[in-house]
Amino acid sequence: MDTVIKARNVWKIFGADPVNYLKSMPEGRTFDEIRADGYIAGVKDVSLEVSRGEMLVIMGLSGSGKSTLVRCFSRLHDITGGTIEVEGQDIMSLKEKDLIELRRNKMGMVFQSFGLLPHRTVLDNVAFPLEMRGQDKHDRRKRALEVINLVGLEGREEYFPRELSGGQQQRVGIARSLAIEPDIWFLDEPFSALDPLIRREMQDEFLRLQDLLGKTIVFITHDFDEALRLADRIAIMKDGAVEQCDTPDQIVLHPATEYVAKFTEEIEKSRVVHARVLANPVNGSAPEGEAVRAGHTILQLARQLVNDTREELPVADKNGNLIGVMNRQEALDVLLGAN
Amino acid sequence: MALSSAGEMDLSHEGESKGRDPVLLSILGLAVVFILAHAIGVLPSWLVRLPESWIPPTAEVLDVVFAFVQNDLGLIHLTRFIAEGPLEFMLDATANLLYGKRRWPNLGPIPWTAIAAAGTVLGYYLGGWRLAALAGGTFLWTALIGQWDIAMQTMSVLVVAAPVAFVIGLLLGIAAWKYTWVDVVIKPVLSILQTLPFFTYLLPAVIFFKVGPTAGAVATIIYAIPPMILMTTLGLKKVSPEVVEAGKMSGSSRFQMLTQVYLPSARTEILVGVNQVIMLCLAMVVLTAFIGMPGLGAKLLAMMGSFKLGRSFEIGVTIVLFAIMLDRLSKAWVVKQPEHHEKGTPWWKEHAFLLAGLAGFVVFYILAQFIDVFTEIGRRQSFSKGKEIDTAIKGFLALDGVRAVTEWLRWFLNVKVLIPFRNSLLWIPTSAFILLIVGFSYWLGGRKSAIYAAIFFTIVALSGWWDRSVITLYTVISAVIISMLIGIPMGIVAARNEVWAKRILLACDTAQTFPSFIYLIPAIMLFGVNDVAVVFAIVIFTTVPLTRYTIEGLRTVPLEITEAADMAGATRRQKLWSVQLPIALPTMAVGFNQAIMFAFFMVIIAAFIGTQDLGQELQRTLAGTELGKNIVLGMNVALMALTFDLTIMAWAEKRKKSLGLD
Repeated sequence: MDTVIKARNVWKIFGADPVNYLKSMPEGRTFDEIRADGYIAGVKDVSLEVSRGEMLVIMGLSGSGKSTLVRCFSRLHDITGGTIEVEGQDIMSLKEKDLIELRRNKMGMVFQSFGLLPHRTVLDNVAFPLEMRGQDKHDRRKRALEVINLVGLEGREEYFPRELSGGQQQRVGIARSLAIEPDIWFLDEPFSALDPLIRREMQDEFLRLQDLLGKTIVFITHDFDEALRLADRIAIMKDGAVEQCDTPDQIVLHPATEYVAKFTEEIEKSRVVHARVLANPVNGSAPEGEAVRAGHTILQLARQLVNDTREELPVADKNGNLIGVMNRQEALDVLLGAN
Repeated sequence: MALSSAGEMDLSHEGESKGRDPVLLSILGLAVVFILAHAIGVLPSWLVRLPESWIPPTAEVLDVVFAFVQNDLGLIHLTRFIAEGPLEFMLDATANLLYGKRRWPNLGPIPWTAIAAAGTVLGYYLGGWRLAALAGGTFLWTALIGQWDIAMQTMSVLVVAAPVAFVIGLLLGIAAWKYTWVDVVIKPVLSILQTLPFFTYLLPAVIFFKVGPTAGAVATIIYAIPPMILMTTLGLKKVSPEVVEAGKMSGSSRFQMLTQVYLPSARTEILVGVNQVIMLCLAMVVLTAFIGMPGLGAKLLAMMGSFKLGRSFEIGVTIVLFAIMLDRLSKAWVVKQPEHHEKGTPWWKEHAFLLAGLAGFVVFYILAQFIDVFTEIGRRQSFSKGKEIDTAIKGFLALDGVRAVTEWLRWFLNVKVLIPFRNSLLWIPTSAFILLIVGFSYWLGGRKSAIYAAIFFTIVALSGWWDRSVITLYTVISAVIISMLIGIPMGIVAARNEVWAKRILLACDTAQTFPSFIYLIPAIMLFGVNDVAVVFAIVIFTTVPLTRYTIEGLRTVPLEITEAADMAGATRRQKLWSVQLPIALPTMAVGFNQAIMFAFFMVIIAAFIGTQDLGQELQRTLAGTELGKNIVLGMNVALMALTFDLTIMAWAEKRKKSLGLD
């Protein structure tokens, strides 16, 4: 898998003279010490990679720097230190013209409060990025209608944003971000402003779209459940730094820091952990009998785990190929929430 | 005197120990020493009034500078070119269309019925039957009363001045938002422009841009630009960051960002700016009568001058109707949101209003070719009842009861209040006077305000127009105190009841749209031509903002706080004094400030009635070419007004912050 976004030692510092401050700053300065110096470390020494087709969810409480980080990826913020490469290009070295070009062709972004243009209809909002890059009117309309249908807003093309509900407005935001067929899709807490029922519905809708489109996604949320539901990998941020970046299973099973552990405490691990993760390499001969599916969560396997009497269970992928064996006791511990 | 008006505010200082501030005490102490010394006749005369020889020849110097800029640098050629070129061209074109001046395009005058029809449809489009009736009614009244031509003379300048002011204001507003240095340069200029008396706009306009409509239009344009700049900058700053980011992520170039994202998103503020531009243009256009611009203002001036109260009243009504119509229509435009049409709506249905307006216009245009009264209503056909109203008003005023009241009021105010007050102010030595003002600014606004007050009033003293300035100040202060006695209690009573509060607010809102000139009419009617009429005109004018901001201040008190007061067992009176007023005070201070600014504005116009202050001198300069003197006088008014503005606003800011209201 190739890497789409590669961030190395990225810093974003807010304050009077951040560049010189960062240069003269002693190593290992903490967030609070930086604040005492009169600066805010929005992003603090972050290194991350996002692979093609992957969904990386950045999770953290408000003020943890997750929105700042994603704005560094799209260069809505200029970073103070480090490098960010998008498709192998150092984005800080781009001229304004090239940056605009990149955004016109490769990136789409969805915003928490939608960021719709109030004076434009749904159709014109969705067509806006196409208009910016100078596509002709007919093409624009055709493509815009396509994405409007995709997000299920057909029949509302002529409405103005204020005439729509929150969920519908965010569908417009999603359609707009998809209009240019971006390779990279940034979503900044897209469902946080919606009420819980709609949020759930939009998450399902979003998963459906992703299934269809297979974009590279950076998704921001402060809701751990949402992160677990959607993510291939989760990066948990605190005070501008990434505390841990790993798959949901690993984060739940092996929290790297106290802070992450506190987050995962309340989570029912069996809903998150998949059999695949608990599978150990086959040592000698594999146990006989029915295999468990690697892609199932421990909760899904609960009945089988309780009823089965074998010490070790074979784990197979969806084609039936054996990928390892799982210790039943270990799996039961996860199921029962024992440490 | 300054302290007496400040005394109204002192409950806000409960718990603060400002009274023992040594700086304040020494300023006031020194002032008292000067006054006492003057009373027993031992104060050196240069502390009583500055000797003539100390006064720098500012006006003469300015005249030389202007002569240099005007003639040697050739600025006058540029301004005359603008005046005689594009500006006059536009003014001539609208003059032709609206009242048939013989100029290109030689189409006019457009029949009044056609304009009325189009205006009615526009009113309906923007605000339903009410606004349709308002717009149609205004045009109908104007035509029937026989004032169509003079009204159109006024409108022909307005329809040029307002768009030009809009464009210039918008561009400057964008520049101020985009470049910090522009903002830094523009801000102080704007605050001076907003306090300069309008006479000061007029003379430079006349000198640089010819007498008549062109000068009138230039003065009007300059006068109307500041709020447009402020609203544009405000609107652009308020665009939500996410909308901006969405624009950037859509790959907008800088120009696309401005035209497609920022400006449309700031629509509401920009349209509020348009509303203010239109209203200020109307107010100013009426006043340009003073430099001989024909139209409603000139007619009103002439009628008032010859004491024809009936006709004055009718013209006043026309002006008021136009003001309300323009205000309501432009405000309706602000709140008018785009509506979508269902798919497949035929084009004529989408543009139904436009077509109806056009149709009305064309139909009446054609009809007017055959029916004369549809084109113009002549003097004899008009329904003007000027003479009858005149007789009625004069008869009413001559009634024994009415006469007794007005005569007594006039006598009482003049002899017992105004003249003694004025004489005592004039008696105070200049040095002590400045110290008192500085002390007031220090006490209310803090050190910075006090420094400004000291500088500004010293300049006033050095201008050589001290006595006239004090008279101006005396009129302002007396009028504001009287209107506080009326406006604040009225506001407090009105705020008790939601329905009444809304009604009074609406009335204040409407009254604030009237051009200030209008307020002279009742004053002259009741009191004739003297000081009392001046004060009376200012009082009606300034009671409006005081009432309005009192109500608004009281309405901003959060419901939980008043409920908490109720639950603490406060009586109505306790609640008012210890809960509502302290929280409402910062807002009320804004009203107080506005009242003072309005008073400065009005006192200058009142020169028309015959005052002895700066306004009188200013008005005299209009007849000649004494540009230097005109500017010096204007600056005096502006500096005094700014002193109060800075002090009161500094206080309100401080107070708001400490109450956590911002």
